[in-house]
Amino acid sequence: MTVSLLLNFGLLVFLVAVALALAHWRHLFPVAMLTGLYSLLSASLFTVLNAPDVALTEAAVGAGITTVLFLATFGLTRAREKPVKSSRRLIGLALTAVTGAILVYASLDMPRFGAPDTPVQTHPLRDKYLVASQDEIHIPNTVTAVLGSYRGYDTLGEVAVVFTAGMGVLMLLGRGRRGRKQNPE
Amino acid sequence: MREHTVLRIVTQLVVAPILIFALYVQFHGEYSPGGGFQAGVIFASAIVLYGLIFGVEAARRAIPPTALRIGAALGLLVFGGTGVATMLLGGNFLEYDVLLPKPEKGQHYGLIIIELGVGITVASVMIAIFYVFAGRGRHRDEDEPA
Repeated sequence: MTVSLLLNFGLLVFLVAVALALAHWRHLFPVAMLTGLYSLLSASLFTVLNAPDVALTEAAVGAGITTVLFLATFGLTRAREKPVKSSRRLIGLALTAVTGAILVYASLDMPRFGAPDTPVQTHPLRDKYLVASQDEIHIPNTVTAVLGSYRGYDTLGEVAVVFTAGMGVLMLLGRGRRGRKQNPE
Repeated sequence: MREHTVLRIVTQLVVAPILIFALYVQFHGEYSPGGGFQAGVIFASAIVLYGLIFGVEAARRAIPPTALRIGAALGLLVFGGTGVATMLLGGNFLEYDVLLPKPEKGQHYGLIIIELGVGITVASVMIAIFYVFAGRGRHRDEDEPA
């Protein structure tokens, strides 16, 4: 118990520290690196919360591919943030503070962490997914059973979204105007 | 990157295990965390690492962009096609029970097939996006013929 408490606490402190460093830095290369670090810390938190499926995705997408895409983008644009007028900074600070306050206020409405009487625990679907799925699908990993079978339509839609997004990027960036003639591929 | 011996050697050592791990996450997704999406991204990250160290051209030779375009569509087709197949066998769309005589076997095989489709599409799209981003460097006009 204390170990997981310490882990949670340490990871959250690191998250806050990385977020502050992110806000502080003007040069975008370290910012990209720190974004990757932020994702890695989030992935560790998900692992502590027993959500390894999400953690795998966060580590691979957030810490891995997104960072590389950021770096590749800096090759196309400039890698330094434009200086901002101080009056605009104040507006940004105020907006961030208000949004943060609203989020904290909303989080007070959430059930306590691990509370047994939340809809997640009491809804009939919980038995369906966690208990009946073992008889109906015979697969130990309930996440896969839910994603692939019970919610197969949604997953098909997600794959279609990934496909469409990829095709969109390829159409926008795939070939430069000049490259089109020389490069039939 | 040709002079960075440490990076090159470490990459050579690491790429193959990452690919194997991606396949493990892909085909072991019913028993352990992971599935098609995670496997596809891990697979893509191995290729991205290879491309970062040895150059995008080397990565393009290993996995040509044409294959990625085919792969992206193929994965989605496998997923949707499984749904159509279950309909042809008399079930509902994506009702894997009817794929095999035993319903739970059918579920198992159906899940493996659709996860494979998810993995192929995700890996192809991720690698393709990396190619186009990384291929548009400073010499956009000169180094296009590849």
